[in-house]
Amino acid sequence: MGTKNWPLWEIFVRSKNGLEHRHFGSLHAADAEMALENARDVYTRRNEGVSIWVVESKNITASNPEHNGEMFEPAQDKVYRHPTFYDLPDDVKHM
Amino acid sequence: MKENLYQYILGIADNSLILGQRLGELCGHGPSLETDIACTNISLDLLGQVRNYYQYAAKIANDGRTEDDIAMLRNEREYLNVLLVEQPNTDFGYIIARQFLFDVYHLMFLNELQKSNDLTLSAIATKSIKEVSYHQRFSSDWIKRLGDGTEESRSRIQSAIDELWTYTDELFHLTEADEVMVSEGIGVDVTKLKEHYYKKVNDILEEATIQVPESKYFQKGGKKGIHTEHMGYILTDLQYMQRTYPNMEW
Repeated sequence: MGTKNWPLWEIFVRSKNGLEHRHFGSLHAADAEMALENARDVYTRRNEGVSIWVVESKNITASNPEHNGEMFEPAQDKVYRHPTFYDLPDDVKHM
Repeated sequence: MKENLYQYILGIADNSLILGQRLGELCGHGPSLETDIACTNISLDLLGQVRNYYQYAAKIANDGRTEDDIAMLRNEREYLNVLLVEQPNTDFGYIIARQFLFDVYHLMFLNELQKSNDLTLSAIATKSIKEVSYHQRFSSDWIKRLGDGTEESRSRIQSAIDELWTYTDELFHLTEADEVMVSEGIGVDVTKLKEHYYKKVNDILEEATIQVPESKYFQKGGKKGIHTEHMGYILTDLQYMQRTYPNMEW
């Protein structure tokens, strides 16, 4: 990235109280405050959110897709690790 | 009485209509995707607000004209916006300086308009204040970023402030309609906002390390319909569709 570009930020938005922040996308900004304002204009102008988190993308450590085999495949045949064998009451939401 | 109220509403609405049109010109042309959306969002906020005013003006005029007729089909001399808002998008510094100099005024004005005896105007003011608070936050932040930024950003925002300063005093002039409206408790006595305005503006400029212009020569005329050479071009864009295809609808 050239020095003329603003750094990239990852944007997380909470759609409504009680829900978790979810990744909405990324944008450029000179600092965290500008990232918040830009996120407000780019991602919440149609009433999509009640709270925004911004994280500079370089601070995110991502898993390497080349290691997907050892990282994730062993879990694929272990259905018993899912709590799918319990009945959930209808009143429980967001499980 | 009604004629004064009508003129008074237009005075408020035309400021936001013309500034909204100026900001709308940035759609697809902003300096970055993020600032492009931010400026056009502000434009849409302002256009949303002016619909309320023009609807009310149409009701007061009661001569068969709609909000669109009033907004789109007047001649240049009948637009009563201040000269500040019609100034061009010379560069991003000018866009921010114009916005900032207007936003500080606009927020103070709406705060007072909330207290109006006219319930429609006070309701529109209350509804608009949250949006305009954000506009002021956005433009003030950018004033500080540009002023306290690089050598180039600083020199550009300084020129923009120097150039636009001459249009600030007009914000605090009272027209004849304004005076009548103030005496009836409907209008805002803007002369009383002046001192507070310059204090607030100067504080933010100083924080941004921008020099406060010392010029005491101010331009005026917009509130009486006498505009700068830019206004005709704005109206040409704004009115093109209605002039070319009269009564067209989406």
